[in-house]
Amino acid sequence: MKNENVIEVENLTKAFGAFKAVNAISFEVKKGEIFGFLGANGAGKTTAIKMLIGISHPTSGKAKVVDFDVYTQPEAIKRNIGYMSQRFALYDDLTVQENINFFGGIYGLSRKAIRQKSKDSLVELGMHEISSKLVGSLPLGWKQKLSFSVALLHEPKIVFLDEPTGGVDPITRRQFWEMIYKAADQGTTIFVTTHYMDEAEYCDRVSIMVEGKIEALDTPKNLKQQFKVASMNEVFLKLARNIE
Amino acid sequence: MKRFIGFIRKEFYHIFRDRRSLFILFGMPIAQILLFGFAITNEINNVNIAILDHSKDTSTLEIINKISNSKYFSIKQIISREAEIESVFQKGKIKAVLNFEKDFGRNLIKKKSAQIQIITDATDPNTANSITNYINAILQNYLQEKNKSIQLDYQIIPQTRMVYNQELKSVFLFVPGVMTIILMLVSAMMTSISITREKELGTMEILLVSPLKPFQVIIGKVVPYIFLSIINAAVIVLLSIFIFKMPVEGSLILLGAESVLFIITSLALGILISTISDTQQSAMMISLMGLMLPVILLSGFIFPISSMPAPLQVISNIIPAKWFIIIIKGIMLKGVGLAFVWKETLILIGMTVFFIAVSVKKYKIRLD
Ligand SMILES: Nc1ncnc2c1ncn2[C@@H]1O[C@H](COP(=O)(O)OP(=O)(O)OP(=O)(O)O)[C@@H](O)[C@H]1O
Ligand SMILES: [Mg+2]
Repeated sequence: MKNENVIEVENLTKAFGAFKAVNAISFEVKKGEIFGFLGANGAGKTTAIKMLIGISHPTSGKAKVVDFDVYTQPEAIKRNIGYMSQRFALYDDLTVQENINFFGGIYGLSRKAIRQKSKDSLVELGMHEISSKLVGSLPLGWKQKLSFSVALLHEPKIVFLDEPTGGVDPITRRQFWEMIYKAADQGTTIFVTTHYMDEAEYCDRVSIMVEGKIEALDTPKNLKQQFKVASMNEVFLKLARNIE
Repeated sequence: MKRFIGFIRKEFYHIFRDRRSLFILFGMPIAQILLFGFAITNEINNVNIAILDHSKDTSTLEIINKISNSKYFSIKQIISREAEIESVFQKGKIKAVLNFEKDFGRNLIKKKSAQIQIITDATDPNTANSITNYINAILQNYLQEKNKSIQLDYQIIPQTRMVYNQELKSVFLFVPGVMTIILMLVSAMMTSISITREKELGTMEILLVSPLKPFQVIIGKVVPYIFLSIINAAVIVLLSIFIFKMPVEGSLILLGAESVLFIITSLALGILISTISDTQQSAMMISLMGLMLPVILLSGFIFPISSMPAPLQVISNIIPAKWFIIIIKGIMLKGVGLAFVWKETLILIGMTVFFIAVSVKKYKIRLD
């Protein structure tokens, strides 16, 4: 990988019957990049992510993630990525600490490593004092941040975040993005989907997906120039109108 | 291995922090045991019996004809020696043996009194009781006709004897049934619910994205329930022995091994159910309707299979619980060994393999 692409996708397609939820998308993501994967409801973002993380078989096309093929090496991909699903997915009936221990454990981290890591991230999250509280009792914003830390526990090369800030207040969203920047600074590639167009401005590059196809892909700055508008929100609206 | 222990620990947290699980695990067995108190009477129909006729005269012939003409009994075997009675019962098909004393007919006329022995298999005490009553009724009926025709006062003295479970404690009958239901509940229903729960919450997806393989996830989910089911089975057997004073005639080791086999059958069913349902609600409904109801109605636990309509008798064969109940009734109440239940055991093993194969196949499809 001379060009340091950690994701390479070519004509990737997923069809459910006759309906193409993802229709021949192609793009690359560079190492350490924050890649925004935008699109309206039902555009096919989650479907595309599921193919990239090895839990859904593509109908056709090619995809390589961390140098591994999605068709033949899903197990290798799984070891090298982190994933935060669109639905909040920690265990509500386990405490903060128990969740961390469990997920660290299934990624094969040693007990010592888990202890060290969980201490660090709990301090960072400001949650060290409530580590013995049930996750179900926490506000959504805290859960989301915890979920992100858990996805980073095993130091994945790429982390896939599917609408990590959905339904979260603006202040927590801001904090969340600080966490994303920090992870990116440490060399983790971030693949993030969002509905919020202001968040698109924080990404290094964004792709905009409409009805299964990628209709635009560039840096936020270039996209705004190309569409001659001042904000990503307008880019998005223009694009949607053009399609109609 | 360490991953595995972590997984199982997490599973136990789920179980012990969920009131519903706790209720099903510990409340249900108690509720079931309360069921013991209810007496359930059954109609009988076409019960297989054997005849041991030491007299072979016109009266015994008339009585035998009368019995075989009734719709309640069908005479399946004629034996000639007392020694054969035991083996007839052990095969399990024959539910009663009628033993006419020597010179039955002559005694009836000369001494005005003759003896007949009704020996029933009391493993199923309800049926045994009914059989005795019905045969008595037929004998009385026979005497009435006779007395009317020759104006004399004869009597037949029936002597009843129950083999196996002689005190007719119906608790003994219920123990195998209750044990079967509880093992089924804990193993099949609880595992299917706990697997679909992860699907419903979205955590299954996270587990499948982890380096754990799908079968490791499933085994991790299933192992705690194996433990709990074994504990439950042991508690039931111990309760029966020490509180209800039930004698366990056969080998405890064989009983344990067969129970583990049935637990695995049920777990396989639970996994199968979890592959076809996406919500806990539907897993529970399928378990209750698809498993519990047939177990209660068709396994012979409450209603004797022999008195069911023929189509239901055929259907009862595909219910794993039926075979398990036959096996443990044999071991607990008759003291039989593997030599007598190997056929049922093989059927259970076959069903288990089948369920596992189907779930593996379904699982692959679902992960598309
Ligand atoms: N298993 C499936 N079978 C059939 N159709 C599906 C399936 N999964 C997704 N779809 C359809 O594919 C389309 C894309 O869905 P997807 O979840 O990928 O969208 P999304 O961009 O993630 O939307 P959202 O912003 O709401 O999360 C939708 O129309 C959805 O209904
Ligand atoms: Mg989505």
